[in-house]
Amino acid sequence: MSKVIEVKDVKTVFGDNIVHDGLNLTINEGEIYGLLGPSGCGKTTLLREMVMLQKIHAGDIEILGHHLSGIRHKEAQNLRREWGVLFQAGALFSSLTIAENIALPLKEYTKLSSKMIDEIVAFKINIVGLKLKDAHLYPSQISGGMKKKAGLARALAMDPKLLFLDEPTSGLDPISAREFDSLILNLRSLLGLTVVMVSHDLQSIYDTLDKVAIIDNKKIAYEGSLENIKHSQSEFIKTFFGNKYE
Amino acid sequence: MINSSLKISYTDEKVLLNFLGEFSLYSISSYEQQLDAINYKNIQSIVVNLNEVTFFDTAASIFLNNFFQSLQEKQVSLSVLSQRSDITDTLKLVQEQGIVDEKLPKKREKTFITTVGKITESYYVGFLSFMAFLGELFATKIHYLKSVKHIRFKEIAFEIHENGIRAFGIIALTSFLIGLVVAYQSAFQLKIYGANIFIVDMLGISMLRELAPLITAIVIAGRSGSAFTAQIGAMKITQELDAMRTMGFDPYVFLVMPRIIALMISMPILIFVADIMGVFGGMVVAHIDLEITTELFLERFTEVVAAKHFFIGILKGPFFAFLIASIGIYRGLMVKDDTQSIGYNTTKSVVESIFAVIVCDAIFSILFTNMGI
Repeated sequence: MSKVIEVKDVKTVFGDNIVHDGLNLTINEGEIYGLLGPSGCGKTTLLREMVMLQKIHAGDIEILGHHLSGIRHKEAQNLRREWGVLFQAGALFSSLTIAENIALPLKEYTKLSSKMIDEIVAFKINIVGLKLKDAHLYPSQISGGMKKKAGLARALAMDPKLLFLDEPTSGLDPISAREFDSLILNLRSLLGLTVVMVSHDLQSIYDTLDKVAIIDNKKIAYEGSLENIKHSQSEFIKTFFGNKYE
Repeated sequence: MINSSLKISYTDEKVLLNFLGEFSLYSISSYEQQLDAINYKNIQSIVVNLNEVTFFDTAASIFLNNFFQSLQEKQVSLSVLSQRSDITDTLKLVQEQGIVDEKLPKKREKTFITTVGKITESYYVGFLSFMAFLGELFATKIHYLKSVKHIRFKEIAFEIHENGIRAFGIIALTSFLIGLVVAYQSAFQLKIYGANIFIVDMLGISMLRELAPLITAIVIAGRSGSAFTAQIGAMKITQELDAMRTMGFDPYVFLVMPRIIALMISMPILIFVADIMGVFGGMVVAHIDLEITTELFLERFTEVVAAKHFFIGILKGPFFAFLIASIGIYRGLMVKDDTQSIGYNTTKSVVESIFAVIVCDAIFSILFTNMGI
């Protein structure tokens, strides 16, 4: 398996607060990789650094062969087309309908005919489990779960190799959350995606993740499969996973 | 509250505190006064009777615990009468907390000097970040103008419609009224000297050169500047801006440039409308109040009001528009992840852009006068 993301000695500082100090991890192709840790440990920050929303203070992140520190504008633009990001609340463009949201990257980056774009949009809407009759609703008219699905459809619009999910199941009811999990698993096997996600949902963690990294105390406290996690010494892991492995 | 009371009875060296009924948040303050009033002279021990308490909450427990501690300091012995386990449990809970208890950390008080320092620093940082915004703006502009393909005509057209065409009505009305008022006030003065006809000179020059551009700018700052801040601020809170960045859509290209360009195109046109309506307002007053007919007014107008005044007024448009749009958008980008800051930044955006427009107008005024235009 070839590596897709490699994070090397990353350091992040906010004012006086050191968030990451010498953080390392590797994500391989085809994995569903989870970033876990206590709140405030910088999981979402790390995710934002990976998608170039935030700069790192030291170290390097390599994604799909591109080094993010000192990346050129053009290279960055190309890299951005190879991933999809799903934000916590979907972050759909509120002035566009669901269908227009999904069509936007296709319209901007490709020369496809509008008929072809419509077909692709319909396909993506189906694949994430939305109904076609909802395609022309605006984000303010749909529920939180639908927003997440629509956000996922938009993230998948360009058929990315890499998918970033920020707390995909938070704020969903348990049934929708489980549906979302199986959706992610399905998409991985259908499209061969590599998925990186931040999650707090234990059930979702057990159901979907192949590999986890636990960030605690500015560093990676554990990286590897869920089966071996009980050997770890981290305080967070003991309390978070304690009950399951007792 | 419902039948809660404290009965204090003194027997030589003893005090009996008999709490009755509900002992909760609501009864504490009156009990406190009663307890403070106890005279501790010659008193050796205190008996607290909680047997007739019907309801006992944690606040009451904290209150009693503090009271017990104060007794300890006064070296008065204490005995508590309570049969109900829930009351003793609550008391115990508070006492255990009290052992590990750290008081809530106090907010550090700022001295005058630190306050001044912080404010100065925040202004300095604000200035630097506005400069950074302008820098990024110009960098994008160069990138943007390199090829026609990058220019987002659809967005620009949409913004011209929103901020230009839809503002026609309010601009027309405001400038008409200002023209009316200015003419009416000066008509009164001019009549005294019998200099009625000079209303045309006065109105023409002041309206075309100064008033129309300023009024337009102020209305647009209130109308579009605040809208830009709120729109972009809300997009920032809902992470739409982040989503755009991760998809490779530069917000400067998609949101910032179209708004700035659209406003720079709309503004001169709006000033033109304001010119027409302002002069028209003056003409109405001249006709009614000073008996200057429309023909006479227009004849005099072409004679005395040079075209340069009109062009100077129009020329100010794009500059004002740039200031209003860039400040509005900058303030929108400064919005943090809370709803309060939308309101704060919208206010700031309008105030700052009106201020910037007036400063810019003053600079123009000095510049043009010195250049002899």
